[in-house]
Amino acid sequence: MTKKHSNVAYQVMWNRLISVVEEQAQALVRTAFSTSVREAGDLSAGVYDTHGNMLAQAVTGTPGHVNAMADAVAHFIRRIGRQNILEGDIYITNDPWEGTGHLHDITMVTPSFHKGVLVGFFACTAHVVDIGGRGFGADGQSVYEEGLYIPIMKFAERGEVDATLTRIIRGNVREPDQLIGDIYALATCNEIGHRRLIDMMTEFDLDHLDGIADFILENSRRATLEAIAALPRTEATGEMTVDGFDVPITLRVKVTVLADRIVTDFAGTSAADKKGINCPLVYTKAYACYALKVAIAPEIPNNAASLAPFEVTAPENTIVNALHPAPVALRHIVGHFVPDTVYDAFDKIVPGLVPAEGAGCLCNFQLSLRPRTDAHAPADARRSEVLTFNSGGSGARPEHDGLNATAFPSGVMTMPIEATEHVGPVIIWRKELRPDSGGIGRTRGGLGQYMEVGAMEGHEFDIQAMFDRGQYPARGRRGGGSGAPTTIAQDDGTAMQVKGKQFVPHGRRVVMAFPGGAGYGDPTERPRELIMRDLARWYISPETAAAEYGLTQDQIDQVQQAVENGEAI
Amino acid sequence: MKTSAIRLGVDIGGTFTDVVLENQGKSFSTKVLTTYAAPEKAIVEGLHQVCAKAETTPEQIEQIIHGTTLATNALIERRGAKTALITTQGFRDVIEMRTESRFEQYDLNLKLPEPLLPRQMRFTVAERVNAKGEVMIPLDRAEVETVVEKIAKAGFDSVAVGLIHSYLNPMHEQLVRDVLAEKLPNVSVSISSEVSPQMREYERFNTVVANAYIKPLMASYLGRLEDRLKAEGVGCRIFLMHSGGGIISIQNAADFPVRLVESGPAGGAVFAAHIAARYGIDKALSFDMGGTTAKICLIKNQTPKTSRVFEVARTYRFKKGSGMPISIPVIDMVEIGAGGGSLAHVDSLRQIRVGPESAGSEPGPACYGRGGERPAVTDADLVLGKLDADNFAGGTIKLHPDQSKSALLSQLGEVLKMEPVEAAFGVSEVVDENMANAARVHAVENGEDLSEYTMIAFGGAAPLHAGRLCEKLGVDRVIVPPGAGVGSAIGFLRAPYSFEANRSVYMKLSDFDPERIRSLLSDLKSEAIGFVRTCDAEADILSEFKVYMRYTGQGWEIPIELTETQAMNPDVTTYQARFEEDYTKLFGRPVAGMDIEITVWSVNATTQPEPVAPLTTLEQGPVVSPKCTRPVFDAAVGEFLQFGLIQRDTLEPGQSVSGPAAVTESETTIIVPASRDAICQPDGCIDIVARNRSETSGARKQGK
Repeated sequence: MTKKHSNVAYQVMWNRLISVVEEQAQALVRTAFSTSVREAGDLSAGVYDTHGNMLAQAVTGTPGHVNAMADAVAHFIRRIGRQNILEGDIYITNDPWEGTGHLHDITMVTPSFHKGVLVGFFACTAHVVDIGGRGFGADGQSVYEEGLYIPIMKFAERGEVDATLTRIIRGNVREPDQLIGDIYALATCNEIGHRRLIDMMTEFDLDHLDGIADFILENSRRATLEAIAALPRTEATGEMTVDGFDVPITLRVKVTVLADRIVTDFAGTSAADKKGINCPLVYTKAYACYALKVAIAPEIPNNAASLAPFEVTAPENTIVNALHPAPVALRHIVGHFVPDTVYDAFDKIVPGLVPAEGAGCLCNFQLSLRPRTDAHAPADARRSEVLTFNSGGSGARPEHDGLNATAFPSGVMTMPIEATEHVGPVIIWRKELRPDSGGIGRTRGGLGQYMEVGAMEGHEFDIQAMFDRGQYPARGRRGGGSGAPTTIAQDDGTAMQVKGKQFVPHGRRVVMAFPGGAGYGDPTERPRELIMRDLARWYISPETAAAEYGLTQDQIDQVQQAVENGEAI
Repeated sequence: MKTSAIRLGVDIGGTFTDVVLENQGKSFSTKVLTTYAAPEKAIVEGLHQVCAKAETTPEQIEQIIHGTTLATNALIERRGAKTALITTQGFRDVIEMRTESRFEQYDLNLKLPEPLLPRQMRFTVAERVNAKGEVMIPLDRAEVETVVEKIAKAGFDSVAVGLIHSYLNPMHEQLVRDVLAEKLPNVSVSISSEVSPQMREYERFNTVVANAYIKPLMASYLGRLEDRLKAEGVGCRIFLMHSGGGIISIQNAADFPVRLVESGPAGGAVFAAHIAARYGIDKALSFDMGGTTAKICLIKNQTPKTSRVFEVARTYRFKKGSGMPISIPVIDMVEIGAGGGSLAHVDSLRQIRVGPESAGSEPGPACYGRGGERPAVTDADLVLGKLDADNFAGGTIKLHPDQSKSALLSQLGEVLKMEPVEAAFGVSEVVDENMANAARVHAVENGEDLSEYTMIAFGGAAPLHAGRLCEKLGVDRVIVPPGAGVGSAIGFLRAPYSFEANRSVYMKLSDFDPERIRSLLSDLKSEAIGFVRTCDAEADILSEFKVYMRYTGQGWEIPIELTETQAMNPDVTTYQARFEEDYTKLFGRPVAGMDIEITVWSVNATTQPEPVAPLTTLEQGPVVSPKCTRPVFDAAVGEFLQFGLIQRDTLEPGQSVSGPAAVTESETTIIVPASRDAICQPDGCIDIVARNRSETSGARKQGK
């Protein structure tokens, strides 16, 4: 018999479940091999009731997993079949449409049994560095080229790992030990969550999670509906165009606020692309939902009930609802632009809440280094793959400047350059803020950054560029200026593309400037002391200070004098 | 240092300066209000007070050990010197760009903490060392001189030097230092290859900048302190507690003041470790709960766990990532915003939230009657009967339960339709749960199971909450030592002289190079011993060897302790076996077929702590029957019970108290829940054990 619990007890249990999934995520960060997980926090973890309703999810670096994870467990229950769910089982998939959007994300689900009865599920997802196929990039023409596909299946049954499956996995990927290591890390992290859950159920004398599940879902639903009810009941449209791969992509959205939900529809958005920048709907949903939730209901933890009122629809075969077998490896590029598009509409519904456009997608690149082929290579030259995550500037907020070189909407971290240089024969010559790249405005856009990379003596490399905003920089809001666009070239001036794999010969460097966020409001309203502070810090040049913000030569001289004399400004 | 010597421990905290004098095993303590403008004033006052109590004079004191939050506060309040950074061209913004991420995903108006030095105070020079430590672009002395001229013109008082990969090759940083010393002899200089020779530029640069930023301030304070104490008649040497739990000379402290950050809490952990040693407890959980925060630390084998990096000055609800990372050897603890003053509110989900905002001492919790209108944890404790309104803080502060009730009702009860008592229960449960969660996560990160642990509770609010926390964590035993209010200062007197030297050098086990390892660890050993020798010319110095290892490709290293033999006669099979053993303990299973690498090497040189006389613990004694009772809410039972009231100073060693009971003392109250019994041990500690446990297996025997 499960005893009746007070509200205070339920609140304690809810807190505990959130702590349990945070522990689950921590365990994954500490044991994973892929840099994307351990350095950048590209992972998620959650706990579910027996119906597959998500009760709590760890806050990690990836809003992209928010909804995708919420839906995943229901797919597992359906595919595995309730009668086949056994104590000691562990399930796996990397299905982009039933998991989290591309083959590089492995999702694992573990049923949780207490006293021999199924009481819930744990799920976790991690972005692995390699899954075979062509490797991480947009070059595949279909998902079949993008790597090994693992349908929803049992990784372990009653504690027995499927040896055939692990052999197939090992035989299809470039770094088999690492991938198997990551898979075990995922299984371990679910196991840790399970143990904590059982501790909690024992402490509170629970036989099932029904009571606490109702409490969580009911409170979350009510709070979310209250947040929605406070909005004007209206609709608005928005759109944004970005570089795409070969042809520009336009994202179109209509946001409709109803009494009990917000519907975000992407009708009118560009068709799916030939290259692997397409986005399955689960991933689009995740970012659309994140954008609205962070704006109107940031306090409410993610769970089935707090996410349900955010409905997202898109016509099939658009780039935001690409169907199998479209290539989807770099689905994050389009996904990361979804929030800015949604905000273009939402700003018309609630003015003065959301930021101006920002850099949007992360500025990631992967280097494939190898001994030079144009001349004799030194004996210690070697092959190596180096992946880095970097950020441009975020958009100016109504009351605050945008964040310099800080990711939004993604929350992942960059890697230390000293760590990156230990991974392979790469030299990062420059990684610093890019003055004048933040859009002008009453509040200024966040600055982008400069990066300059080359190989160690005796090496050449290919760079897989995954950038955007080369042709379409972030647009300002309410009179704010645009952010600076992405630029990329070799140090001798040879032009390069913002996307795709490109060869860089021995001795050359790649010089990149990542985009700034856009400005917000009329720049003439920007407080003088902030303009002078920006000039002292050289966030803006004297030219910009004069031409865009109207600083006089005297004021500019005054700032420069103060800097030379070490005076605070 | 002999036990018989007269020694003084001084801890400057945010509100109070605690002074403890020990003589012939007896201790005398006092609390004096901290004098911010001239912190040495409070020390002198406390010094005279304890000397009077102990009937001795400053001349008789043979050693002074000092710990202080001044370094931490200077960083938090940005009150450091006018400081410049010289760094590698292309990397001017490392301390500003941080990890390029948002530490809070769900806040559109998030503000990142400003770096200690704004951009115009960061200068660059053309130079480059690569990841092998080879010079790719030599540093031109003339360019350094140009930068130094700019620094001179701008009138900087302190300069930090942080160059890329300098932990592998410090030559360029040393050249900059030499030029500065020559051209600007009065400017204080800190170089990253000395302050924190570890990989990861953001942490290293931030650490050297923090060091430079507080160095003039701390050097001047320590100089004044020495003079002032001398003027008062003190003739002995003064030592400083460092964040790693040991003590260093005043000169080393002035050179590396960043190592003093968090020295107070480190003293608390050493205090708890000492109690653990006295009781022969191998797995102890130190729980220090004050007015604003609670600190939790794991102590295994009577040694607090240490770490190589921590975060200071968190700006956003104590959230990870919102402060600045400092990479120095430090006692590893979690600190959360949960203290007696932590304020409660109701969020949009109609859930009670507690902290991290604190009522502070002004206006204080509502029950202080000084105008506080929001309920704090202390208000909940009062309404639940855990505190005696007429006998709080030695009777100096009269508490007003009616004010607590009305604050609880207006801020929580009316929204949640709860009576004040239920709201108080909610606040109390939420703060206890917050602390329990922090402790659990900390334990999981360290692969530990808390049910095997014994808690040692100190700090003003800890005795009120320790019992419930133990129920939540499945901990069977908690020890509440006497003198809990000045625990950190007592801890200083128990700390050894120690210094930990670290170096980042990557080595895969497939490229295992015994000769290189031997020479590296020997160098670190002599460096660390050199520091300790400046404190004590004769004592035996013990070297503790540690390497940080991981599977190649992982991002988190785990510390592996090595014996001196393993360190000096390196053998690849042993290193691998040691790693796999510890990895399996933490994460369940080793990963077959992966190469393993060593990333950081560390040697801690330490004097032997004075041997602790083990205590013969008393198991059971005559149960004292309380003269009176008071209704106190027992959270596990979920209702008010009649708690027996016992005065702590009337308890004789060996006497027992049966829960539910409240053991009162002038500073605070020890709550013994209905599930537990307590006994007064010979050293005055109140030893509380779960009743079901003590009947079956004898929790007091656990550990030894």
